Amino acid sequence: MADASSTPAVPHPLAEALAARFPALAGEVTSPRARRLFAEPAPEAFREVFDFAVAELGFDRLVAITGMDEKTSLVALYALSRPDGTVLGLRRRVPREAPALASVTDRFPGAANYERELDDLLGFEVTDLPPGKRYPLPDDWPKDEKPLRKDWKPGSPA
Amino acid sequence: MSRVTIPIGPAHPSLKEPESFNITLEGERIFSAEVKLGYNHRGIEKAAEDRTYIQDIHLIERVCGICSHAHSTAFCMAVEEVAGVTVPPRAQHVRTLVAELERIHSHLLWLGVAGHEIGFDTLLMYTWRDREPVMDLLAMLTGNRVNYGINTLGGVRRDVTPEHLAQVAQVVDVLEQRTLYYAELAETDVTLRQRLSGVGHLSHDDAVRFGAVGPTGRASRIDRDTRRDDPYLAYGQVQFDVITDDHEDVLGRTRVRVKELLQAYRIIRQVIATMPDGPLTVKVPRKIRAGEAIVRYEAPRGENLHYVRANGTDRPERVKVRAPTLANTAAVAKMMEENYLADVPIIVAAIDPCFSCTDRALRVNADGASEVLSWRELRARGIERYRREGVDFGDLNARLSRQLSARKG
Repeated sequence: MADASSTPAVPHPLAEALAARFPALAGEVTSPRARRLFAEPAPEAFREVFDFAVAELGFDRLVAITGMDEKTSLVALYALSRPDGTVLGLRRRVPREAPALASVTDRFPGAANYERELDDLLGFEVTDLPPGKRYPLPDDWPKDEKPLRKDWKPGSPA
Repeated sequence: MSRVTIPIGPAHPSLKEPESFNITLEGERIFSAEVKLGYNHRGIEKAAEDRTYIQDIHLIERVCGICSHAHSTAFCMAVEEVAGVTVPPRAQHVRTLVAELERIHSHLLWLGVAGHEIGFDTLLMYTWRDREPVMDLLAMLTGNRVNYGINTLGGVRRDVTPEHLAQVAQVVDVLEQRTLYYAELAETDVTLRQRLSGVGHLSHDDAVRFGAVGPTGRASRIDRDTRRDDPYLAYGQVQFDVITDDHEDVLGRTRVRVKELLQAYRIIRQVIATMPDGPLTVKVPRKIRAGEAIVRYEAPRGENLHYVRANGTDRPERVKVRAPTLANTAAVAKMMEENYLADVPIIVAAIDPCFSCTDRALRVNADGASEVLSWRELRARGIERYRREGVDFGDLNARLSRQLSARKG
């Protein structure tokens, strides 16, 4: 949802590299400022784009995963970074009623906490997560209470 | 050998911060470790969605008591980026000055904690003595020792005077001399070397795999520093070295932090020398246009990420904070493997995990009126309180000095 007016007219070389490999992303990669790129690949192509960015474009660090509630869908924004300071925000959209997401811990073992947070706070169903305790909510927090969903309002416990 | 699993925490073995570990031992050696976090979750991200951007600055500043400026600055930078405003150069310099002073007090605090964890309390006394003048400088510049409240959207809330800058320069000169001594200790002291060398080993490959950040990553040869790689504030205009170390252990993490102190003094001198004139703020609309921004900030403990998404109103749609400790926690379990159980406190402390603290007293008078104590008054009250309980350091010091002079005589 980057503001279109601030997108530079000259395409970013990394955006071109993404578009060359995944034609569906042509013109879809936005760069709201220097060293920032955002893209939303189709759900079925997400992991392929993610792996390509990591292995071929040098985005070798997963900085964080940000979960968001966009009413009809939930969105996970994966922020990947390169040694030169460029950050790529890859958006993965899942339907709100079936918010299944495959773990990326096979590539980034440090992602486990970020993915547990997606589950705890927004209700993503992350598959293939290594065994471990929930994060960050307490052990006795009800499983169906997802506080970062927009329709969840803080209040006194029943 | 049979294995035993013991729980440690959530009352922490080293710092006053809750997290828990399930540590599986083979004899005295750690076979594996499992980390559980979340005891300090306060729902700040949810609360931020319900408050205005201005209110959120103060909320976000309280994510951390030590690196509060790191959080409020990153949040302001994200909102300013979405709003499309450019912060005036003088404000950028003031933010940078406070940021580096914050790094100095954080690193000195860490060095003291590390000394304490290995039974080297003299180092704790020395470095915490040296940290005090930095806290005093921050109080002078911002009005607060922690949670400075210097940031606002579009700039900073207070100006610095030439006298302020002269005082900062004076303290930095003294601290540099002392830090050079600590740097020498880190290179040559037998206690530090024998106690820290090889402890909490994290290979370069594991550091990359687990996504270690900041001094923890740099001590495993990860040559990354957001200040250089993705410059913000005034960092693009100053010269400094990114410190890395090839020890890949707690000794390496110590060396990196001590050398980073010297770089912080170098940055502060340049910031003072090039402090531009001009306004402190630029006007930012109350309602922020729709958009999003990812900001990274090199906090004392490592890379800090803030994500802000605006929806055109005066409240954010989403605020996300990923503090450096969360990125480093994944590596902690790896660092513990093959180490002795007794090394758990220093290994945990060596990533410099973050805890909240504050330091300001409010005296409520009998008539209900309140009065803020100055730091000098707060110290005097502390001395007076101990005196009432029969502990008088004044007498003790006088007696010690009499004994010493008698011995000399």
